[in-house]
Amino acid sequence: MALKHVNALIVGAGAGGGVVAKELAAAGLSVVLLERGNWYSAADCRKDDLRNQRTTVLGNAFGPDDDRNPRVLVDDRGETVVWPSESGYSNNAACVGGGTFSYGAQAWRYMERDFRMRSTYRAVAGSTLEDWPIAYSDLEPYYEKAEWELGVSGDVSNNIFQARRNRGLPMPPLSPNKEYQILLPAAKRLGWHPFDLPMLRNSVPYNGRAACMRCRWCVGFACEVNARTGTHNTVIPAALATGNCEVRTGSMTREILLDERGQASGVAYFDPQNRLQRQTADLVIVSCGAVESARLLLNTRHRLFPNGLGNRYDWVGRNLHAHTYPAAAGLFDYDTYDDIGPGASIAICDFNHGNPGLAGGGMLANEFIRLPYQFMNQVPPWVPRWGQAHKDFVRTAYKRTVTIMGPVQEMPMFDARVEVDPKVKDYWGIPVARLSGKKHPHTLEIARFTAGKAETWLKEAGAVRTWQRIPGPSLSGGQHQAGTCRMGNDPKTSVVDRDCRLHDVDNVYVIDASVHVTNGGFNPVLTILANAYRASHHLLEAWKGSKVRS
Amino acid sequence: MPNSRRQFLHASLSAAVAGSAISCGSGPRGRPGASPWRFFTAEEGQTVDAICEQIIPVDRDPGAKEARAVNYIDIQLTRPFKRYQKAYREGIAAVDAASREKFGRRFVELPAGQQTEVLADIEKSSSAFFELILAHTRQGFYGDPRHGGNRNRVSWKMIGVPFPPIRGREHYDQPKAG
Repeated sequence: MALKHVNALIVGAGAGGGVVAKELAAAGLSVVLLERGNWYSAADCRKDDLRNQRTTVLGNAFGPDDDRNPRVLVDDRGETVVWPSESGYSNNAACVGGGTFSYGAQAWRYMERDFRMRSTYRAVAGSTLEDWPIAYSDLEPYYEKAEWELGVSGDVSNNIFQARRNRGLPMPPLSPNKEYQILLPAAKRLGWHPFDLPMLRNSVPYNGRAACMRCRWCVGFACEVNARTGTHNTVIPAALATGNCEVRTGSMTREILLDERGQASGVAYFDPQNRLQRQTADLVIVSCGAVESARLLLNTRHRLFPNGLGNRYDWVGRNLHAHTYPAAAGLFDYDTYDDIGPGASIAICDFNHGNPGLAGGGMLANEFIRLPYQFMNQVPPWVPRWGQAHKDFVRTAYKRTVTIMGPVQEMPMFDARVEVDPKVKDYWGIPVARLSGKKHPHTLEIARFTAGKAETWLKEAGAVRTWQRIPGPSLSGGQHQAGTCRMGNDPKTSVVDRDCRLHDVDNVYVIDASVHVTNGGFNPVLTILANAYRASHHLLEAWKGSKVRS
Repeated sequence: MPNSRRQFLHASLSAAVAGSAISCGSGPRGRPGASPWRFFTAEEGQTVDAICEQIIPVDRDPGAKEARAVNYIDIQLTRPFKRYQKAYREGIAAVDAASREKFGRRFVELPAGQQTEVLADIEKSSSAFFELILAHTRQGFYGDPRHGGNRNRVSWKMIGVPFPPIRGREHYDQPKAG
């Protein structure tokens, strides 16, 4: 039996798709939201330190599952088939809420210069660094909307570097943990400007949900008390409450269906029983994350689009990037661990921009609580990796180590990319994503600089020994993946226009971090949410009852 | 309990079959029940146990042997770590071969100091296997007991993390026997 035609079909129930579903459903459009993963709840926390979304040695807790979803990674070792729980896969969760179901929930606005990277720093050789076609001021009202509708806590009033905002945050910060109290005076002595991390996390009851209970199972886990905020417990339930939206989980989209003229008519997807279904719609919104959105467009072939939808000028899948995370750790001669989650609490933006000789920078903050096995990554290079000395160090240092890290804004690379693999197919027979490319050398230069600042902070705070961790040059992806369907005014050098509509086809939108031209020196989620509100607004302006105006 | 006994026999049997399919090594794999492990032969289990103990030795706190890291690895090799079965079979053989070559005896028969020497060689000569067993030993020692290691939460007691958690629900999986 044919499925009932709807106005809007959204593929992917993550940060972007969740907001779009709610905005369109609230405006009266009939909406189907397809999600390949499941809908988990607070009861799925499980506190499993080896199988969650951050430590995945025994698998991903919130998808995708290892059995059905390979990718191909091309790097110095050649071509490798990689599985979702393995490093190199560039995974983001596959579930209702997407990454927002199990993330750390830092809720940053990008800065004004983050939208004007090319104008600010000029061309960087070997990078496709470019300005966004929109400015911070275009997003500002939607940042505010995201902060208030979903709910952000924190106190950014001491962040002198932030762009102008019309309204403060709706919730106060969590009370400071021990690391905060150690790091605050040190940053002030250094003349820096520390403040309370903004987070999509209830610090007080908000929107009918409880406040954070300060446990150590935060990033990577389901929030047991539903205090951490994602699209799964805000906008998606709100979309359902309108009566205009249906969420279909366990539904894997194969391709966008196109009519003779090249207009989208819906999608073909596999339902939970793996039957192929056709859902027709007036509009198709692609919100699968940077890797899977590019894959879906590239897997959509048509006489008019032989190289994939939106790919006339070979920009789909290009510029895959995320964030490089340098870190410094400091060993103290007293216990710094207080078991009060989430851990990350204090940040500075003193080094996001204006660093001599560098095209950008990044925010720095203390790290989330490290569970015992995660601490293995914190052990300094001079400690032997096994035997008595390693055990001694872990025993002594576990509660005395503070880590500061932060996302460095990356220089996008044209050759860091998503393609579809010519041979490897997934469980459903759909060609899989093929990832290749590297980080730009200048990104690593910036990383070394901010790691140095993190180390300075720890020394000032009284650490007796400090050490740095600088990532290698391999491709960035993972939860902060972005850039593969760049937003721009020129169809020859971008995939979607400033309203996130494909240049090629006027009833297909891409609304997720794929459209980010650059990715800020911050966790990207609030920008994804805000841009989804903005794009939805413009979509609805163009909506004429059964189609959008060209 | 007949049920768990049947499961146990079945597990040993499939381990034996898997083993003989993967390598042509020696050992008493043909007899179901000869090994207390799901994947390892009795001898392999001893070797892995000794390697784990080298990686995280006992001192005033328990080491990997008491934490049953080998049990963790054995369980996972029949599940998410299936893809490492071949690496383990060959890696363990390489450790015993290196041990015999250097000191004329199996790895488990060597005194601790000589085991350390052999393992330091293996870290260079069979680095892929060494990286696996290093990571897996840490997981089996520092990870959640529900997966078969960290018996009695020995590592969490060692570093002083308060457990069981006082906040939230208590409905997660119970530690597995073994």
